[in-house]
Order: sequence, then structure tokens, then C-alpha cells
Amino acid sequence: MHTVLQVLSAAAALASVGLGIFLGVKWAPPGSRYNGRPLLWGMTGVALALLALGSWMGLAWTPPEREMGQVYRIIYVHVPAMWMSLLALVLNFCFCVAYLFKSSWKKDAMAEASAEVGLLFGTYGLVLGSIWGKPTWGVYWDWDPRLTAMAIMLVTYVGYTALRRFVEDPEKRAVWSAVVGIISGINTPIVWQSVKWWRSLHQVQSTPKTVDPDMVLALRVNAWASLILLTLFLLHRYRIALATREAEVALPDALPPDASGSPKVSPPRGTPTEVV
Amino acid sequence: MSDFRRISLPRAVGVLLAKDLLIEWRTRARLNALIFFALATLLLFSFAVGPDTRLLARNAGGYLWLALLFASVLALGESFRVEQENLTLDGLRLAPTDARAIFLSKALGNTLLLVALGVLLVPVMVALYGVELVMGPVPLATTLVLGCMGISAPGTVYSAIASNARARDVLLPLLLFPLIIPALLAAAKATQLVLQGDPMQQLGSWFGLLSGFNLIYWGLGFALFPRVIED
Repeated sequence: MHTVLQVLSAAAALASVGLGIFLGVKWAPPGSRYNGRPLLWGMTGVALALLALGSWMGLAWTPPEREMGQVYRIIYVHVPAMWMSLLALVLNFCFCVAYLFKSSWKKDAMAEASAEVGLLFGTYGLVLGSIWGKPTWGVYWDWDPRLTAMAIMLVTYVGYTALRRFVEDPEKRAVWSAVVGIISGINTPIVWQSVKWWRSLHQVQSTPKTVDPDMVLALRVNAWASLILLTLFLLHRYRIALATREAEVALPDALPPDASGSPKVSPPRGTPTEVV
Repeated sequence: MSDFRRISLPRAVGVLLAKDLLIEWRTRARLNALIFFALATLLLFSFAVGPDTRLLARNAGGYLWLALLFASVLALGESFRVEQENLTLDGLRLAPTDARAIFLSKALGNTLLLVALGVLLVPVMVALYGVELVMGPVPLATTLVLGCMGISAPGTVYSAIASNARARDVLLPLLLFPLIIPALLAAAKATQLVLQGDPMQQLGSWFGLLSGFNLIYWGLGFALFPRVIED
């Protein structure tokens, strides 16, 4: 049962992420004739199915924890949410570095998408953690290094997204937000290591190695479901970001000069080609 | 390019720093405004807490660094406004030297300004909050220099960005404050130890944290700054 479920959920998630990357390349650029709808519905279906299975396993199938009883069950959503947040923010760091090496609107759009989706998952995970903290620690918020580091990191990325709103020139926005993204990215390993460097209230990070064998499978299924959700969110946000950018740079006076290596953008559908 | 001599980095930094300091000295308006702003902040903390000298003395390190942080936002915001008024930043970019010299000179200038401000604030803090320097001036000076360097490096990069953006007065603190929390924490703790004595020998580890922070952000600023001001 264990091995079958594990292999099935992993295969479903990896296939979905692969499809997500495929869709990102084929369907996400606005104006693409490729119809991504069936694949998207398929991915959503797989995510919901895995989420339902994971929820059932987390709520009913796994045994209660020895000390915390039923309260611990929040790890099945809290831990995957935090993993996905860190994953998205690491992705943001990678795209920021890549943008500075070779600029393209796609990398910029991906950086925007990953920062916002990472912020979303991080906030969700932090709220879930607080809800768990009240019955376990007696307080919603304790100034533990892990909590503090995570909160600081989220505020840093709020600053990053604010910067993106405050700069109108798309090229300057892309370069500056890449610089700010790299500077902010230094926090991610600190957040991950904080539970090891400063031993205090928060337990060490939950990985398949530190979680009891009875609970690993439920955690894995939920994590795979979250990974598909992350991919879906990234895909949609990336498509929106790319469409916004194309609408911005297609304005005649804001066209990036082709000589500087900026990618040529196609006009949005419905615009006469003479404008470009 | 053979007849075109590039100015070496240290020399360019020196020249630019001398230019900034000269402007600073001739106007003196910014320095005066900063001093009074920081003094008012120190006073406000004592009003906010109430006339409880023990509490004030216990938190003196944190208050000093908060006053310096608030003043630094004004100083940093101003440091690129000077360059934009007559399009001098374009002139600097055209100069036959490395753009990173602009970062180093600005960051060093901001550090100097903040350290000078800190030196002026410490006696006021000692008088207002009733603290004494248990560990003497050398560890205090080290804390001031390391902490001000920690604020200046990311602050210079961010003020170059914010000075060109919309809503720049909101953007600089929004970007800078969360980023420098580790440096601020370490500097405040170190100051507290300098003021109250350090029986557990913890000062060195806070200095280590500050040095690491400086190393990372001065390095990142040095590497990334040319991209920030490119046109």
C-alpha cells in the first residue's frame, strides 16, 4: 500500500510539473495558438484528487501523535506550504540572477510570478503555524528565530513586490527588481538553517528523515499535491505577468531597443502591426 | 583606447568621496538637520517610555540604533538626490572609471556621516538615559563603525533604486528596514554589552555577525551596483 501510493503520487506530481513546464513554454506566452485548457484541467484534477487523498490520510488514516494528540495534524498542510514557499523564492533568486546575465521578459515575468506565489504560500504557512502555536505553545506568536527569520523574509518580499508596483519603466523595473531579488534571496538559506543554528522553540525542519514512518506517506502525498498547486499558480501568474509586460512594451514610445539585446516582443492580439 | 587613461578604482573612490564630503561641508544643512532629527528621536523615546531611568538604561542600545536608523533613511535618501538635480549621475557614469567607484564612495560617505552622527549621539544618550560606558570607547567605536557600515551598503543600493522610483520616500524604508534587521539586532546587542559589561564574552560573536553581514552586503552592492545605475 505504502509503496504503491508513494510511487503513484510522485509519478502524478512529477508528470504534472513536467506538463506545467511544457505548458509554460507552449501555452503561457500570450497570443500562443496552443490550447492548454485540457492539460490545465487535468493538472487541476490531479491536484484536487491528491489533495483529497492527502487530507483523508492526514485527518483519518494516520495515528494521533504521542504528545500533541490530534493537534499535530496541521503539519500535513503547514510543512508543504513552507516547502513550496521556499521553493518558489529560490526559483525567484535563480530567475533574478539569470535575468542579470541575459535579460528577457520571460525571466522577468517568471521572477514576478515566483515571488508573489512564494509570498502567498509563505503567508499561508505562517498563519497555519500560528494557529497550531496557540494550543501547543500557548501563544500565537513567539519571537523564536525560525518565526522571526520567516517573518522578516516575507516582509522583504513584500518590499520586492512593492518595488515592482512603484517603477513604471518596464526595463528599469526588471533590472532593479532582479537586484533586489538577489539581495533578498540571501535570507532563504538563513530561514532554512535557523532551526539548526539557534535551537529554541520551533522543532527542527520536518523532512521525511525526521518524521515518523507512519506519517511520512501522508506528508508526501500532501506535498506532491502542493507542488502541483504551486506549478498551476506559477503558470497562471506567469501568463498574466507576461501579458502585462507585452501590453506595456508594445506601446510605441516604450519599445525596448533591439540593439541592446532585449527580446523582441510580438504585439498583443488585436493590435495593428504598424504600431510596432 | 590607448590614449584614454582609465582612472584606477581607489583613486576614483577618493575623488568622489572628497567631492561628496566637500558638498556636505559647504552646505552643512543636511548634517544639521540629521543631528536634530536624531536628537529629537532619542528624546521621544524617553517620553514614550516615561521617566523610568532603569528601563531607559536597559534599552539604551536599541534606542540609539533606532535613532541612527531613522536618521539614516534621511541621509540615504538625500545622497542620490544631489546627483540627480543637475543630471550629475549621467556625468559620473560618463567618467572614464568603474561605476563601482560610485557605490564605494557613496557607501563610504554614508558610513562616515552615520558614524559622525553616532559619535555626537552617544554623549547625549549617556546623559539622557543615565548609562555609563562600562567597556570603554574602543568596543563602542567598533560597534558604531561596523553597524553604520551594515546600514550603508544595502542602503546605498536601495537609495539609488528608490531615488528614481515613484513614491521614493515610502520605498526606501520598505526595502531597507526588513533587510537590515540582523545588523540592527547585532549592533543594538553589542552596544548594550558595551554599556553594561560583558561577563559572558558574547561581544565577539555579535561582531562576527556584523562583519559577516557587512561582507555579504558590501560584496553584493559592489557587484550589482553598475546594473542599478545603468541607463
